[in-house]
Amino acid sequence: MTELTGWGRYPRHPSEVLNPTTPVAVPPLMTAQTGLVARGNGRAYGDAAIGETVTLSTRSLDRIRAFDLSTGRIRVEAGVLLADLLPVVVPQGFFPPVVPGTKFVTMGGMAAADVHGKNHHKDGGFGDHIESLVLALPDGSTVTCSRDRNRELLLATLGGMGLTGTILEVTFRLRQIETGWMRQKVTAAANLDDALRLLQDSGAVTYSVAWIDCLARGISLGRSLIFAAEHATLQDLERLRPGTDPFPSPRLGRLSVPVDFPSFALNRFTVSTFNELYFRAGAMKAGYPHLVHWDPYFFPLDGIGSWNRIYGRRGFLQHQCVIPTERARHVLGTILERVSHRGTGSFLAVLKQMGPSQGDLSFPLKGFTLTLDLPVTEDAFSLLDAVDRSVVESGGRLYLAKDARQSPATFEAGYPGLSRFRDIRRSIGAAGRISSRLSTRLGI
Amino acid sequence: MASSNTLLLIGGTSDIGRATALRYAEAGWRILLAARNEKEARRNAEDIAARTGVEVTTYSLDILQTDRFENFLDGLPHLPDTAVCVVGELGDQVRGQSDPAHATLLLRTNFEGPVLLLGAIAERFLARGSGTIVGVSSVAGDRGRASNYLYGAGKAGFTAFLSGLRNRLSPKGLRVITVKPGFVRTQMTAGMRLPPLLTAEPNEVGRAIFDAAEKSRKDIVYVRRIWHPVMMVIGGLPEGIFKRLRL
Repeated sequence: MTELTGWGRYPRHPSEVLNPTTPVAVPPLMTAQTGLVARGNGRAYGDAAIGETVTLSTRSLDRIRAFDLSTGRIRVEAGVLLADLLPVVVPQGFFPPVVPGTKFVTMGGMAAADVHGKNHHKDGGFGDHIESLVLALPDGSTVTCSRDRNRELLLATLGGMGLTGTILEVTFRLRQIETGWMRQKVTAAANLDDALRLLQDSGAVTYSVAWIDCLARGISLGRSLIFAAEHATLQDLERLRPGTDPFPSPRLGRLSVPVDFPSFALNRFTVSTFNELYFRAGAMKAGYPHLVHWDPYFFPLDGIGSWNRIYGRRGFLQHQCVIPTERARHVLGTILERVSHRGTGSFLAVLKQMGPSQGDLSFPLKGFTLTLDLPVTEDAFSLLDAVDRSVVESGGRLYLAKDARQSPATFEAGYPGLSRFRDIRRSIGAAGRISSRLSTRLGI
Repeated sequence: MASSNTLLLIGGTSDIGRATALRYAEAGWRILLAARNEKEARRNAEDIAARTGVEVTTYSLDILQTDRFENFLDGLPHLPDTAVCVVGELGDQVRGQSDPAHATLLLRTNFEGPVLLLGAIAERFLARGSGTIVGVSSVAGDRGRASNYLYGAGKAGFTAFLSGLRNRLSPKGLRVITVKPGFVRTQMTAGMRLPPLLTAEPNEVGRAIFDAAEKSRKDIVYVRRIWHPVMMVIGGLPEGIFKRLRL
């Protein structure tokens, strides 16, 4: 038995952990075990990758099986880390079609959470780019799912948080890039209206995201920096920084948070200072396009190892909701007001635009998504419960990969694809056999 | 980077074998992967090819079927430039103490098979006049310990073989390298509690092998240098003291 947690370090649950070293070892485990779920690199924040009794680690399934340089098609085993894939594909002039905010995730995890990136409004989620995946089912069989074969199973598995079986392999197409640099433009937004408008206006830009200063209040509520970027072309490089190596080596050196911060470290003062500095640093570069290495652009927090420890031993809650476009201004304003009043504000507040998604339990829908971090305290739960009520009323929902605490009612209200998902779980014998702490908590 | 050299890696499904082959492939070497379970070896072959773009081919080879070694070598596209043997089986010491079949398996896998195969390769290298042989032995062969002396005895014999072979071949300009990785985080040691400072990752071993064989002139390699003084101390303990230790 091992005590497992997600990246938020809350909650903690004991589980047996199995570590198959080859894909062919997985199907026998699927029939022999009950109450199991697969786990990649443990970067889901809550309880999604903790098995009810058994957790099946995919980390040894880490082979890249095929990489076609002429088409950019790549076939990988589920446990391949994005961090391991990037140094292989970037120097060849390719980039994953979608990346989440950390590169320490597995390909299987990216499919299971149907992760989105800063380009969701334009390119959709990771699942939209998956051509096929290989799934080990509870009955010990192995199936290939694609848009043509076992389509229902594919759509249940994308965003299905591992609850339809264990993903063994994923095949998808990479995008071509001319350089490993990003051409970024930072714009300051004075308030929430401004931020939403700027994000909508930059809809044609491939990557865009807003960092919100959560402690700004009143007319400055929602004050933020908008980061919009494209993969830099060779021409961009020539114009902005002639003579630059088009494919810079991976970023070296990293800060690390070696110990747990005491819980009081994150009071209003430290957060406010952090936000203020961040705001100023960004505002200086505002307006001018400049070059940024792909690594710090896409994965800023990966530069600080174990940053989750900054919230102390009790852990933290990450809350990510999506609000349909027409209600976004009102609901996001309400949420930000609640958070800014609390003082021990969110360390991170990220806002971005989203498009629709395909999976039965995929998170994105057309609207805006807001991400908050809160240290685990008594009042954090009640605050988020209140936030959830606004989310539900707006027709929005919460991201399962982040969730550790939403109620079954909130979940059911947000995911109309749930009944179809349950039907599929029953039809493949997954109901009651494949279960995580999350699926039990939410009654999936 | 590009090189027309060929590596024969014996033990192509092991973690150290995978890491070593990948390191050679990154330097542009063509890779021949031999393993008992060729299907599993193909997984590694595909991975190495996808990562590096080099050609990787797989061969079925059972280290216990010693009478097939000549056939196996005849079947290779050509004689490799370097041969690395990472075959090893820790097995179950306690079981081996009362089960002669298991003890035999450990001795044959760690000693007889590798010795006969590298011996056959050495004769071919000698006939050609060039070649480098790398044997992955173990610090467990430096001094027998209660917890793994069947494995250790096999590795001790293998170490002695490599030493003798080096003594014979080096005047002819051929190289023989003995690698003693110490603890490595692999399938073989999964679930064991290993001291972090003394424990290497498979890719450290792969790099150390490549550097020793293709860049430096080292004969005996401890992957983490700390193992050298550690084994000096362990090797230097008087038997009267050593025999009473629980190791």
